[in-house]
Amino acid sequence: MMKRNALIKYCCAVPIAGLMFASCAHVKEYQKSRINDSEMSLANRKVEKGEMNAQSYREGSSGANGGKTGGGCGCN
Amino acid sequence: MKKICLTVVGMYFMLLHAFSQVSVKDTSTYKPKKLKLDEINLVSSYYNQTADKSAVMGGRTDSKGIGDVTDLANGIDIKFIGWDGKRRKNTLTGGIGIDYHTAASQAYVDSNGHARNNGTRIYPTLDWSIENEKKGTEFGIGAYYSAEHNYYHSIGLNSSFSKKTHNNGEFSFKLTGYFDQIKMIKPSEFIPVDSVKNVPTTDSIVYITTASGRTEAINYGTGQVVGKGSRVKTPSQARDTYTASFSFSQVINARMQASIALDLVYMNGYLGLPFHRVYFNNGKDTIENLPSQRFKFPIGIRLNYFIGDNIILRGYYRFYIDNWGLVSHTASLEVPIKITPFISLSPFYRYYVQTAAKYFAPYEGHSPQDQYYTSNYALADFQSHSYGMGIRLAPPKGILIKSLSVLELRYSHYTQTTNLAADMISLNLKFK
Repeated sequence: MMKRNALIKYCCAVPIAGLMFASCAHVKEYQKSRINDSEMSLANRKVEKGEMNAQSYREGSSGANGGKTGGGCGCN
Repeated sequence: MKKICLTVVGMYFMLLHAFSQVSVKDTSTYKPKKLKLDEINLVSSYYNQTADKSAVMGGRTDSKGIGDVTDLANGIDIKFIGWDGKRRKNTLTGGIGIDYHTAASQAYVDSNGHARNNGTRIYPTLDWSIENEKKGTEFGIGAYYSAEHNYYHSIGLNSSFSKKTHNNGEFSFKLTGYFDQIKMIKPSEFIPVDSVKNVPTTDSIVYITTASGRTEAINYGTGQVVGKGSRVKTPSQARDTYTASFSFSQVINARMQASIALDLVYMNGYLGLPFHRVYFNNGKDTIENLPSQRFKFPIGIRLNYFIGDNIILRGYYRFYIDNWGLVSHTASLEVPIKITPFISLSPFYRYYVQTAAKYFAPYEGHSPQDQYYTSNYALADFQSHSYGMGIRLAPPKGILIKSLSVLELRYSHYTQTTNLAADMISLNLKFK
C-alpha cells in the first residue's frame, strides 16, 4: 500500500512540474540581471560537495541533485 | 537658364559619385583560440562525526559499535576554455581529490580492534565539453578514477548532451557508468588462521586483519609482527552502476527559475560490503548479504526566487524510491541575503526522512533463515536535520589578490535519529 502511494506521488510530481513550467513569461536578455546572479544558479555550490558526499554515505538514497547516484566508492 | 544647366550638371556628378562608391570588404577573419586557463577551484572540507551502531560491528550499541569518523577532503579542479575552427566553445576541466579519513569502526575489521583505523582516497577526474552557442547545444564526455584501501579501483565514464529552447529553457541528458572492484576484506574471524604461514599458534600470538585485508600475526605483549600473511591477492567482486539522468530547467519570469531532474539508476554486482557484520538472533555473526541488483528512482525539483534586491530563496525537494523498499523525502531551503552586492550570508536548513530497506534489522534482529540481511544504519528508518550558514565574498577587485575572485565558507551541523551527529566546515576558493 505504501509502495503504491509512493509511486502515485512520484507519477504526480512530473505533470505538476510541467504545469509549473507551462506558465512562463518571455524574459528578454536585459531583464535577466537577477536570473543571472551566481546565487540563482540551479545547481549545488562547489562548497557543498563535502556535505553531499557525507549524505550519500550516511543515507540510503541519492541522486537527482547533480551528485553521485551510487558506485564510485567503497561504500553501499 | 545657366543656373538650371549648372544645377543639372551638378546633380549628374553627384549621381555618378553615389554609384561609383566601392563597398569596403571585411578583411577580418575568424581565428580559433587555443585552450587557455580560465578558472581554478580549490575546495577543502573537514568532517567530524560521532555515532554508534557501526555497520562493521553489526549495529552494536556498546563501545565496540562506536562509529566516530573524521574526514579531511581536498580537491582542485582546473578549467581551460578555447574556441575551435567551427566557432564552438571547448571546455576542458581536470581535477583531483585527496581524502584522508579516520574511522573508529574500521579498527574492528579485526575482531580485537587492531586493524588500521585510517585511510586515504585519491580520485582524479577529466571532463571535456563542446558548446555550439548558435545552435544552443552542448556535448560532453568525462572520466573518473578512484582508489582506496577497501577497493581496488572505481572507474567512471559519462556522456552528456543538452539543448536550449527558444524560451529560456534547457533540456539535458546524461549517461554515467561506474565500474567498481570491491576488495573482499572479511572480518578476521572469517579468515582461516592457516593463511598466515610458519607461525605457530600460542597464547601470546594474535592474528589481525589489516584494513587492506592482509592477515598478520603479532605478539600481543610486544606488538611486534612475527608473521605476515600470504602474498596472495585479496579476491575482489565487481559492482556496476548505470545511470540515465534527465533534467529540464526553465526561466519562469525575471525573478524565478526552476528545474526538474530525474535519474534512473541500475546497480548490479556485489552491493554489500564484506567487512559489515550482521549478528543473528541466536548470537552468531556473519557478513551482510544483500541482493545483487538495485533499481533507484530519485526525482528532484529546484525553485529559485529573487525577492526584492537582496534576498534569494533556493528551494529543493526530492522524492526517492527503490526496489529495496526504501522511500525517502528530502526538502531544503537556503536563503542567501546580500549584505552588499559582493558579500552574502546564506543560512540553510535541510530535512530528510527515509523508511527502512526491507533487508535491514538492528543488532540481533535477523533470523538465520533470512535470505538477505544487513544492520547498516544507512538503510534504517530515520529522520535527519541539517542546518548551518555560509558566507560568500566576491568583490570585483578580488580578495587580497586580484585573481582570487570568490571565497565561500560554509558550516553545517547534521543529526540523525540513529544517534549520529556530525559537523562539517568547507571552504571554496575560486581563482579567475
